[in-house]
Amino acid sequence: MEHGSFTDNSAATFSLTDEDHTIANAVRFTLNQDPRVTFYGYSIPHPSEARVNIRVQTTGDPAREVLKDACQNLMLMCRHVRCTFDKAVEDLKQPML
Amino acid sequence: MAEGVGEEKKKFSIWDLPDVPMGQLPPYLELQRSRVSCNKDAPIHIESIQYSGAYASMGIDNSSQLDRFSNNFRVEVVRLNEDDMEFDMIGIDAAIANSFRRILIAELPTMAIEKVLIANITSIIQDKVLAHRLGLVPIRVDPRLFDYLSGLIHFFVDGLSEFMEFTPRALGNSLLLSLSIVKNDQPNEKNTIVFKLHVQCKRDSLRITVKSNALKWLPNGSELVKETRNAASDSSSKPETYTYFGCSQETIPEFVKNPIIPKYPDIIIAKLGPGLEIELEAHAVKGIGKTHAKWSPVATAWYRMLTRIDCNYIEDDLAEELKSKCPVNVFDIEVLGKGRRRETVARPRASTLCRKCIRGDDWEKRVALRRVKDHFIFTIESTGALPPEVLFTEAMKILEDKTRDNRALMMLLIWLVRMREAMDSLLIQGDFLAS
Repeated sequence: MEHGSFTDNSAATFSLTDEDHTIANAVRFTLNQDPRVTFYGYSIPHPSEARVNIRVQTTGDPAREVLKDACQNLMLMCRHVRCTFDKAVEDLKQPML
Repeated sequence: MAEGVGEEKKKFSIWDLPDVPMGQLPPYLELQRSRVSCNKDAPIHIESIQYSGAYASMGIDNSSQLDRFSNNFRVEVVRLNEDDMEFDMIGIDAAIANSFRRILIAELPTMAIEKVLIANITSIIQDKVLAHRLGLVPIRVDPRLFDYLSGLIHFFVDGLSEFMEFTPRALGNSLLLSLSIVKNDQPNEKNTIVFKLHVQCKRDSLRITVKSNALKWLPNGSELVKETRNAASDSSSKPETYTYFGCSQETIPEFVKNPIIPKYPDIIIAKLGPGLEIELEAHAVKGIGKTHAKWSPVATAWYRMLTRIDCNYIEDDLAEELKSKCPVNVFDIEVLGKGRRRETVARPRASTLCRKCIRGDDWEKRVALRRVKDHFIFTIESTGALPPEVLFTEAMKILEDKTRDNRALMMLLIWLVRMREAMDSLLIQGDFLAS
C-alpha cells in the first residue's frame, strides 16, 4: 500500500504487511546508496504486528521507481553473493591441483 | 614582552596549508568510514555510512555501484564440516549480513514433529511435556522434498483479503495458487512424515531410558485407525487412519537408501519405570523458525567482524608486557637486530575483544583496537536437516525471492499508476470531445 500524493510523486510511504527488519534493513542499505534518494527510513509500528512502514523521498524521480530499482540491485547483489559462495565452497571441496 | 614575542612569531597563512587531496578520503575519515574503534568504554563509529552524498564535499561518490561491489566482494571458506562451517565474507555491509543471519535462523523451512497422537502413556512424564520434547528432536530429512501442510487453502483465503492490501507475499501466493488444483490440507505423503514410538518397560526390569532412536519411521502413513460413526458399513474397505497416504514414502528415490530417522539417536526423550508404557504416533510437518523455534534449521548462526589491531612500535619491555596480557595469544614478539624486540599481531582472528590490551595506564594510546566494517566471519551450525553450505545458499534464495516479490509489487504499483494516468487523460479527451 502506498500513501503518497497524486501531484508529488517523489515522496511516498509504503506499508508492507508480513515483512520485518530482514528485508527493510537490506533495502535501506541499497536505497541509501542511490544518489537519487534524499531520505529513506523504515519503522515497525508495533512488534506484534508484522508490518513495515517505508518512507522514501527522492530528488524528483517517482519514489516507487526508485524503490523498484533498489530491489533490483539487492536481487543482483544476492545473486552475486550466492555465485561467489558456491564457487568458494566448490573450490574447497575439490582443490585445484 | 608579549608583543616582542608576537613579532618574532612567523606569520601564518592559510594558503600554506597542504591541499586536501580530492577524490581520496583523508586517513582519519577513511578510518571512520571503514573501521569500528573499540575503545575502553564503548565502541564508536559503528554505523556504516550509507548516504550517497556523505563525502560529496571531498569529491567522492559514496553511492553503490554494482560492478564495484562485484569486483571487491570475496568469500573465503575457512572450515567446512558435515554439521558446521565458518567462512569470511569481505566487501559486504552489515545490513545484508544481518538479513542472511535472520533468514538462517527464522525463515528457512525444516521438518519437525507437530502433532502427537497418543494412544497410551502410563509414564510419569506428562503428555504435553513429552509432546514438546518430541517436537524439538531434529529429523534428518531434506525439507525441500516436502510441501507445507494446509498451505494452499490457507494462503489462498488469506491471500484474497491481503491482496486488497497489496502485500508482496500474498501477491505471489495468490497468483500461484489460483492456478493450482492440488489440495494440501490433508496430511498425505507429500507433506507429512509419520513416526511411531512404542516402548514398554517390563515389570521385572530396571528403569529404561527412551532415546530418540526409538522413533520408528512409518513410510506408509499412520497406523492408528480413526473411529468413525458408521463403523459397520465400512467394514470391508480399508479403515480410515489419521493420514491419507496415496503411496508409500519409501518409493520416493531419495528415501530408498536414506530412511528418515532423527539426526542424533541418543537424545533422551523420556524415562520409564517398570511396568510403564508409551505408545504414540508423531506427525512431522514443514514449518519455519518464525512460528516456533523447533523449525529452525541451525543450532545457531552468527557473525562477527574481523578485528584489526594496530600496535605501532611497541618495543622491548612493553612488548613483553603486552604479549603476556593477551589471554588468547594474539601478539607475538619479533626480534629485530641489536637485541631489540618489537610487537607484531600474529593471530588477529583469535581476538575476542576482551580489551585487556588497552586496559591500564596509557595502553589505549599505544594499542588501537578496531574492527573492519565490511569483513564478516560467519559461523553456521546446522542441526542436521541440511548441510550448512546448502543452508546458506537457500537463505540467499529466500532473500532474493523476497526482494523479487517486493519488486513485483512495485512494478504492479507503477503499472496501476500509469493505467490511472492513461484513463485520466482519456477522460479529459472524452470531455473535450463531448463539449
